[in-house]
Amino acid sequence: MTAVTPERPSAGRRLAGFARLLVSPRGAVFLLLAVLLIAITALNPSFAEPGQFIRFIQRVAPVAIVAIGQYFVIVGGEFDLSMGSVVTAQVVIAGNLIGQDDARSVPVLALMLAFGALVGLVNGLIVSFLKVPSFIVTLGMMLALLGATLYWTGGAATGNPADGFRQIGRGGIGDLPVIGVLPWSVLILAVVLAAAIWFARRPFGRTIIALGDNPVTARYSGTRTWWVKTSTFVLSSLSATVAGVLLVGYAGVHPSVGRGYEFTAITAVVLGGVVLGGGRGWVVAAAAGAFALEALFTLLNFAGVPSTYRDAVQGAIIILAVAYAATTVSARRRGRALEAPADAPSPDTEPSPDTEPSPDTTPATGPAPETSPAPTAKEPDPSPDPARPAPIPSTQRADNETKGGS
Amino acid sequence: MRRRFTVASAMVGALALIALAGCTTDPNVTAPTDDADATEESVEWFDQELYDKQDAERGVTPEGPEGQPWLQYINAEFVDTSQHASEGAKKACFANASISNPWRQTGWITMNEQLKVLQEQGVISEMETRDAQDSDDTQIADIDYFINEGNCDVFVISPNSTAAMTPAVERACDTGKPVIVFDRGVQTDCPTTFIHPIGGFAWGIDTAEFLIDELDEGAKVVALRILPGVDVLEQRWAAAEKLFDEAGIEAVDYFTGADPTEIKKIISDELAKGDVHGVWMDAGDGAVAAIEAFEDAGVDYPVMTGEDEMSFLRKWKETGLTGLAPVYSNFQWRTPLLAIQKIFAGEEVPKEWVLPQSPITAGEVDQYLEANDGMPDGHYAKFGGEDLPGYPQVWQDRVIP
Repeated sequence: MTAVTPERPSAGRRLAGFARLLVSPRGAVFLLLAVLLIAITALNPSFAEPGQFIRFIQRVAPVAIVAIGQYFVIVGGEFDLSMGSVVTAQVVIAGNLIGQDDARSVPVLALMLAFGALVGLVNGLIVSFLKVPSFIVTLGMMLALLGATLYWTGGAATGNPADGFRQIGRGGIGDLPVIGVLPWSVLILAVVLAAAIWFARRPFGRTIIALGDNPVTARYSGTRTWWVKTSTFVLSSLSATVAGVLLVGYAGVHPSVGRGYEFTAITAVVLGGVVLGGGRGWVVAAAAGAFALEALFTLLNFAGVPSTYRDAVQGAIIILAVAYAATTVSARRRGRALEAPADAPSPDTEPSPDTEPSPDTTPATGPAPETSPAPTAKEPDPSPDPARPAPIPSTQRADNETKGGS
Repeated sequence: MRRRFTVASAMVGALALIALAGCTTDPNVTAPTDDADATEESVEWFDQELYDKQDAERGVTPEGPEGQPWLQYINAEFVDTSQHASEGAKKACFANASISNPWRQTGWITMNEQLKVLQEQGVISEMETRDAQDSDDTQIADIDYFINEGNCDVFVISPNSTAAMTPAVERACDTGKPVIVFDRGVQTDCPTTFIHPIGGFAWGIDTAEFLIDELDEGAKVVALRILPGVDVLEQRWAAAEKLFDEAGIEAVDYFTGADPTEIKKIISDELAKGDVHGVWMDAGDGAVAAIEAFEDAGVDYPVMTGEDEMSFLRKWKETGLTGLAPVYSNFQWRTPLLAIQKIFAGEEVPKEWVLPQSPITAGEVDQYLEANDGMPDGHYAKFGGEDLPGYPQVWQDRVIP
């Protein structure tokens, strides 16, 4: 990342750039994740062993996949609250329809994908054409699906599906060196993440972000907004379906599987610095947000926090983390006006230093920003940096850069 | 547009925090219960007197008809019901807490089969049921509806929570009609009869003693609990925790909401921390996920206590682990309807009708697996409906009435 600013290679400058990257919205979640992982390893060194760590990734895979799906909806300016219920419904469908018959795995899997796509399509079409806020539409869908599941199962577990089907979430490629077992879940997560990164960079992916940023300009520029919007809901429901398939294998059938996943996913996405309301965000950071959340739960397990106040500790840490992410985001928003609009978004592979607020370009104030994100946030307005003439003290939405694609 | 996003963001944020903060518990059940407990029972669930009572009851041979445990009773004090004696079929009103777990579903199926028999005998004309879906508020409204508009001859109540339901049960008693409470209790002795198995402390003693016998001092036990604040569940853990402490067993407890994902994560993390020698559960729902976590980690099976749910019994048999299936007698769902029959016949019934409750041991597993062959995984082995007309088809199909 320092290679982006080759004209000033001084070590202090690099350090400052890196530190600022870590406190920037896209970097903050990685910093948080690193801190959590280090804390876990300190409490329990065996966590860092490759075999253990790959198990951790396996466990996070369903949440991360749901977060990736939620990312597309949120960055497009909407919410999908029905994801958890889709997971639950798919888990129950798998349990009831496959039963102990391995031969039914493939047809039922196809049915589940079709059902997932249908749910997303209905959500998207209602939001697009009936102009109902997605918050309400997907909340309704959430209740409808939960109710249907409750009606079907009576609210209790049915039997697990055939072991062959469960291998997708439970099994893996065995007898590998170093890591021992490579779970299918990890492979599926890698494929989904790669596909999401690729998709986000495609014109269509950028259109989603443009739509979330400013629907009016997106429409004027010829975007078929209904189709773009609907496809984000289809994507999120399909990702919930994939997560459901993994969870059936990992855990088994129970109506509580998937409960709360929509909020876990939204929290993960916000932790990842994606702006609620759309227009900004990076899909990898959203996935990292899911990892950070799960790492937090694991840390509490390892730290032996008593069960009675574990939820309170969890809640407090999440509030702090989201508040921090929100502060850095708002800092960036205001600092954004100072960024040269001509900045070519060339650094695609990594979040680049020029994406963070950096109103204080002097190295003296740079290296220690992580403890004081708020002060840096307040500075840009009164004293715009003369080095970067930004004559338009724009409104928060005036910048139409679409960073999320990179 | 911006305002909309701000408001929506705030709503999502608030909901997300509620959901995440409470993600291991069932808010429907816990919220009201916590309130009630904070004022009435404080935080301490251990009750030495009740513990001693249940401990003693474990050793008592139940009285009553042989082979019909749902009509047997332990240390009963009978009450006279001759003032209720009356001819003709009666209308029963049943305020049910929920059918949201497999144990309640199995019992509910059995109860309906028992109802059919009593309807044919002309004892009960109909039973109107309201399902409170785990909500105290709903159940209070249900009971008041029955009192005011239900046209009921007898009230059957399976309380959602102990303290919160007490006033509503008292109002039902004030009508002068018979009131039958079963499963979870209430804090009043106004009901005609209170039907329940021995109780949570007995469960805790049975399971903890088994684990203590099988494990060495200093062994590690992971306790998986469904949710806080429900007396029958809290008492199970209160007894077990006390015994583990005394025996020098290192026990850590978690709330899982019976979510197999949670259970698996918890066990995996505990296995990553170090050896786990035993698993204790306050209910068998999710036992299979716990066992699978050991399989996935490639370590030896723990000594384990689950419940008499078929999924656990089958996994127990299949893996050959050292286990015990404590029983919270599911056949108690028949007893309230049979009590109605007795009450309107003017026969005396036990004031506190304590039903037998004995765990399934390793020696008995085969017998119960065979007797319940073909039953679904969520079925409970000691459901006690073998002599009812619909057996076995109704329980095998498991269609919730």
